[in-house]
Amino acid sequence: MRRRLTPYLLILPGGLWLTAFFAVPLIMMLSFSLMEGNLIDGFAFTFHWQNYTEGLSTYGDKFVRSLWYGLLATVACILIAYPAAYWIAFKAGRNKSTYLFLLLLPFFVSFILRTVSWKFVLADDGIFLGTFKDWGLLNEDFHVLGTTFAVVAGLAYNFLPFMVLPIYVALERVDARLLEAARDLYASRVQTFLRVVLPLSLPGVFAGVVMTFIPASADYVNADVLGGSGNVMIGNVIYLEYFNNSNYPTASALSFTLMGALLVGIFLYARLLGTKDVLEAAGR
Amino acid sequence: MNEINPLLRRGLTQRRDFLKLMGLGVVGMAAAACGVEGQGGKQNVTQSEVEKYWAGKAKNGRLNWANWVGYMEDDRATLKGFTAKTGIEVTYKEVINENAEWFGKIDAPLRAGQSIGFDMMVMTNGLQLEQARQLGYLVPLDHSKLPNFAANVDPALKDPSYDPGNTFTVPYTSGITGIAYNTKYVKEPITKWADLLNPKYKGKIGMMGDSQELGNVGLFLIGVDPEKSTPDDWRKAADKLREQRPLVRKYYTQDYIEAVTKGDVWITMAWSGDVFSLAGPEVRFAIPEEGGTLWTDNLCIPSTAENPVDALELMNYLYDPRVNATLTEFINYITPVPSAKGFIVEDAAAAKGEDKELLESLVTSPLVFPTAADMAKLRRYRTLTQEEKEIYQSVFTPVPQGS
Repeated sequence: MRRRLTPYLLILPGGLWLTAFFAVPLIMMLSFSLMEGNLIDGFAFTFHWQNYTEGLSTYGDKFVRSLWYGLLATVACILIAYPAAYWIAFKAGRNKSTYLFLLLLPFFVSFILRTVSWKFVLADDGIFLGTFKDWGLLNEDFHVLGTTFAVVAGLAYNFLPFMVLPIYVALERVDARLLEAARDLYASRVQTFLRVVLPLSLPGVFAGVVMTFIPASADYVNADVLGGSGNVMIGNVIYLEYFNNSNYPTASALSFTLMGALLVGIFLYARLLGTKDVLEAAGR
Repeated sequence: MNEINPLLRRGLTQRRDFLKLMGLGVVGMAAAACGVEGQGGKQNVTQSEVEKYWAGKAKNGRLNWANWVGYMEDDRATLKGFTAKTGIEVTYKEVINENAEWFGKIDAPLRAGQSIGFDMMVMTNGLQLEQARQLGYLVPLDHSKLPNFAANVDPALKDPSYDPGNTFTVPYTSGITGIAYNTKYVKEPITKWADLLNPKYKGKIGMMGDSQELGNVGLFLIGVDPEKSTPDDWRKAADKLREQRPLVRKYYTQDYIEAVTKGDVWITMAWSGDVFSLAGPEVRFAIPEEGGTLWTDNLCIPSTAENPVDALELMNYLYDPRVNATLTEFINYITPVPSAKGFIVEDAAAAKGEDKELLESLVTSPLVFPTAADMAKLRRYRTLTQEEKEIYQSVFTPVPQGS
């Protein structure tokens, strides 16, 4: 009897937590997304699915932009994180943990503060642009803040650790004897990397992509601090509809649309890469 | 490399579990499906209700005040004077950047009857103040404890349409929404809203994201008096603002002032007093030819205040002309206490050098003591019914979002 109950008891704290603070709010949001009304007269559940269609028709381009920015930031993260993780895993020797710590050091500072500090560094008349402008290297009206580049760069920077760590973990587990074996079998360095190391590290990349792409696409801080009038992301719209306009139904409908879009994206990606790898990565 | 535990894998895929989750979902839906109750529209307060609220409330000797950025001297001299006189310790925080954002923060706790951590706050006449009033988020003021207000307030600001009888609010300051420009980059004089549509300044133009502020500019641009505007005018104004959008660097809240000081934008929508108290010396302010917005920021007490008596005492203190003069000398907005002007003139006479110049310019400044000609150019926000409010927001909210 006790043995049969044990697994349930083990899952109880986590299960209760998830039910109370994940499942219930999610369901409430779902029901909110089908309500209509206003703050003063109240909101009524009327299966008002127009919240979805109107949200999509008004802010459809923001969805596309958010996913696009998320994708760009994710690709940038892979390009930066993979070589760094590779180097730390294979070449850093005994100092691995020191380098990892250095890499993570900036992330001990608050997310907001890091983003705001970028705003100072990149200001139109700030330490870099201002100096270049004084030297006559840049036009007086050249700017980085308020551009797509600034927002995507900010996103990539802020979510970098979520890419580095899983890739590092995957690479770190690659048995060095496999590399020796590859060389014994006359594989060149490139072949060794492409046919041995890369496939073995793909689960790490997959985990990194999931952990970067989802929060980056839903982010609103970077677009708010570093972006301009043409960089509004769907997260900013949801924030505004919820907090500023108290328009809970529209905000909820937009959130669920985003969630749906992200889920479809991730499932497609998992299909392309093969879910088997993911499960194996999780099982290790 | 270990094989994945088959038990785990099975657990995730069993249909039974999925069905259980679905069942849970249905229960949750049923619970939430009843809707969310409205808060009703309470506006008229009887004298007995006022007395009932204040009965048994006592002075606690402390007070938390939420205000807008740049709304108090840097050394908080006014508050120190208040503490010295009354013994009430004031914790003062400049946490308000935008009315809508602030309302979003206080809405949930006030609805639940929980403290927002402040006993006094400052809100502009407009959508959110109206909402707070209707939702019963504000405490009706006991005017018998506000003799300075009765004696010294500008008659033009007494009994305003947004709060008849000053039941819930008393004015803190008034100001003008116009244009600020940085003379380091902009060499020509700026006189009208249309200058914000000049392609010459592409990428260097700042606007405000607040739908009422932005909407008013759109209406001025198409030559319509905001106070008398119709939904059709709003749509035209929004189209005009969309036309301008490719030129706009960003739709700001309070942070526009930093941007125009640093040169991130050269020309921007701005609040009059900020330009004097927060921006650098190169930044100038203009009341546009097409008209500017006149707004009033109001002191009010949230319904869950823990120290309402102390808050009321501070309100009364701020209406002392001597106290108000000192405050006005720093914040440079239009004071609700006209008799403060005499004290500012006195201070100017007593001061020397740079301070003297500054104070003298203040007395003659049209932004602190506007002339009749300036006042004629100023308009208030459109008063909106609940129904109109929804249309108004659906018209202007998408503009700064790029939709």
